[in-house]
Amino acid sequence: MSVANVENLSPDELFRWREFHRAMLRIRLFEDAAVRALKEKLVPGPVHPSTGQEAVAVGVCANLHKSDILLSTHRGHGHTLAKGADILPMMLELFGKQGGYCRGKGGSMHIADFSVGMLGANGVVAANIVIAVGAAHAIKLRKSREIVTCFFGEGAINRGPFLEGLNWARVFGLPVLFVCEDNSYSASTRTQAMTAGEGASARAASMDIPTAEVDGNDVVAVDQAAARWLDEIRAGKGPRFLHARTYRLTGHTAADAAPYRPQSELDEGLLREPIRRLAARLTNAGVTSEELVAVAENVGAEVEEAYANAKLAPYPNVSVAFEDVQDIGDPRLEAF
Amino acid sequence: MGKMTYLEASCQALADEMKRDELVWAVGEDLGRGGVFGQYKGLAEQFGTDRIADAPISESCIMGAAVGAAMMGSRPVVEMRFADFALCATDELINQAAKARYMFGGQARVPLVVRHPIGMWRSSAAQHSQSLEAWYAHIPGLVVVCPATPADNFGLLKSAIRCDDPVVYMEHKDLWPLEGEVPNESDAVVPLGKARVVRSGNDATLVTWSGMVHVAARAATALADLGIDLEVIDLRTIWPWDKACVLASVERTSRLIVVHEAVAVGGFGAEIAATIASRLHYSLAAPIVRLGAPRVPISYAPPLEDALRVTDTQIVEAVKRLVRK
Repeated sequence: MSVANVENLSPDELFRWREFHRAMLRIRLFEDAAVRALKEKLVPGPVHPSTGQEAVAVGVCANLHKSDILLSTHRGHGHTLAKGADILPMMLELFGKQGGYCRGKGGSMHIADFSVGMLGANGVVAANIVIAVGAAHAIKLRKSREIVTCFFGEGAINRGPFLEGLNWARVFGLPVLFVCEDNSYSASTRTQAMTAGEGASARAASMDIPTAEVDGNDVVAVDQAAARWLDEIRAGKGPRFLHARTYRLTGHTAADAAPYRPQSELDEGLLREPIRRLAARLTNAGVTSEELVAVAENVGAEVEEAYANAKLAPYPNVSVAFEDVQDIGDPRLEAF
Repeated sequence: MGKMTYLEASCQALADEMKRDELVWAVGEDLGRGGVFGQYKGLAEQFGTDRIADAPISESCIMGAAVGAAMMGSRPVVEMRFADFALCATDELINQAAKARYMFGGQARVPLVVRHPIGMWRSSAAQHSQSLEAWYAHIPGLVVVCPATPADNFGLLKSAIRCDDPVVYMEHKDLWPLEGEVPNESDAVVPLGKARVVRSGNDATLVTWSGMVHVAARAATALADLGIDLEVIDLRTIWPWDKACVLASVERTSRLIVVHEAVAVGGFGAEIAATIASRLHYSLAAPIVRLGAPRVPISYAPPLEDALRVTDTQIVEAVKRLVRK
C-alpha cells in the first residue's frame, strides 16, 4: 500500500483523518454489537451489517450538511450514524424498545432520523432511489439549497427504479448524488453473474450522468471523490454518480455465514478493510498506536453503554402499535 | 358555481387548491397538454410547468418521486393515467407511501393524492378497465376515494389534497362528461369518510359507489314504479367507509344489497356484507345480496364487455327477490 506523502498532512487534514477513523470505528463497533445482540436474542429482527463498508458512508457523509438529505438501504446503520444519528436511539430501535428512532416499529431495516435529514433505510432494494429523486424534486421546486444523497448496492442496478430514477434526476437536473456501494454480492449471489454489460457506472453514463469510480475501502479517496461531485451538484450542475468498490465482511444478514464465498476472498477482504488501512496511514502520519487504541476504547464504551441501556429499556406500550397509521379511520379490529 | 362536468369539477378543484397552497403540485404523463382525458386542461398555462409537471413514462418514479417530495413537505397530486398502469408503481404506493409514516414511527408524513382513473370505458379491454378499489382498501395507511358526481369530484378532490395521508383517488372514466351542479367553493368541500344518501327509502338499502351510483339510481326509479322503496347510499369514500350511515339505514330497512362494478369475489362489497351480517344478523329480514362483475378480465367486443357489467335490470331483479315477503 502506498503511504507516500502522508507525513506532509496539514493539521486540518490530520484532524479530518482522525475524525474518519473515529467515525468508521463507531460504525464497526455498532455493527459488532448489533450482531452480538442478535445472537443473544436481544434484537428480534433481521440485521444486515455494513461491516467492511464503513469508508463509503464516512467518506461521503463527511461532505454533507445536517440539512442535506440522505436515503439509505437495508444495510443502513453506517449511513445513519455517519449522517449524525445517535447510537442510543438506534440501538433502542434495533432492540424494538421504547425510545427507538421509529418507536420500535421499524427496526434495523427502517432505521431513520429525520432530524438529521436521514429519511430512512428501506427494505426494498432500489426503492429508495425514486424516493431520493422526489426529495430532490421538492428541493428544486422550493428553490432551496440542500442536496440529496442516495446510497444503494450494485444489486439495485438490475431493478427498474434505478433506470427510472436516474433518468428522472437527469431530465429534471436534480441535486442528487447517487452512491453505488458495490460489495460484489446481491444477497448471496455474485452480482457479476447476474449483470449484463459493464455495470453501474456504464449504465449511469448512458444517461449522461457524470460518473466516477473510487476505491470504496479508501476513506480518503471516497472523501475526495464525494467532495468533487458535491461541489458540482451544489453548483447546480445536476446529478452525479459515484461507484465505490468495497467489500462486505459479513454475510448478507448477520445470520448468513456466507458459505458461498471462498476463504481466500474473505482473507483478501480483511487485508483491504478500510479501518486497518486508515490506521496504517495515520501511524505513518505520526499518530501513536496508544491514541488509536484509546479512540477504540472510547467509542467502544459509548456503544456498550447504549447496548446495556437498550437491554434494560422497556418495550413500547402496546397502544403504540395502533398509532401513526393514518389520521382518519379506526385501525382496531374491534371497530368492525 | 353552477353546472359543471365531472372532469371540469376536478380541474377546478385542483386549480383552487394550487392557488390556496403553493406546496400543491401535479405530476404525471402528458399533464402539460392537459392530461390524457383533459382533466388538467389549462393548468400548465396557469401555474407553469414546474407545478404541472410532465413526467417520463416511469410509473415507479412518478409515484416514488411523489413519496419523496411529500416526505419533504410538498403536496403532490400524482396522475397515473389508468388505474391499471398504477400497478407498475405498486411498491411505491403500497410498500412506501402507505407505510412510511408508520415504519418510521411518525417521523414521516406522506400527504399525496394519487389519481387512478378506473372502470369500464367502452372497449378499452382488460388493461384499461379495472376497478381495483378493494385492493387499496386492504392496505393500512391508505385512504380510498371513489367520487360519483361532479359535486363530489370537486369537494372530495379538495379534501384529498388537504389530507395529510396518502389518498388513492379513483375517478370513473365513464363519468368524465357527466354534468351536475357544483356548489360554491365555501361549502363545497366534501369530508372524507362520509357517505351520501342518494335516495331515501324504507324497503331495502342499496350501497354502492362510483359509476354504479347512477345505474343504481335508475334501478331505484324503476323499482319505485313497482311500489318498492329503495334507499340508495353512495359510499363516496371506500376507506374509511361510513359504517354508521350504512348501519343506521339497514337497521331501518332490514335488507341490504351491495353493488359494485369491480369483480364480486373479494370486492369491497364483501367487507360491507360481512360487517352488516356480524352486527345486524338477527334483525335482517333476508340474506344480504352482492352484485359485482364475474371473475373475468374485462372484454373488448361491446356485447362481451356488456356481459360483464352490472345493469339496472339486474339490480331491479335482485331487489325484487330481496324484498319478496
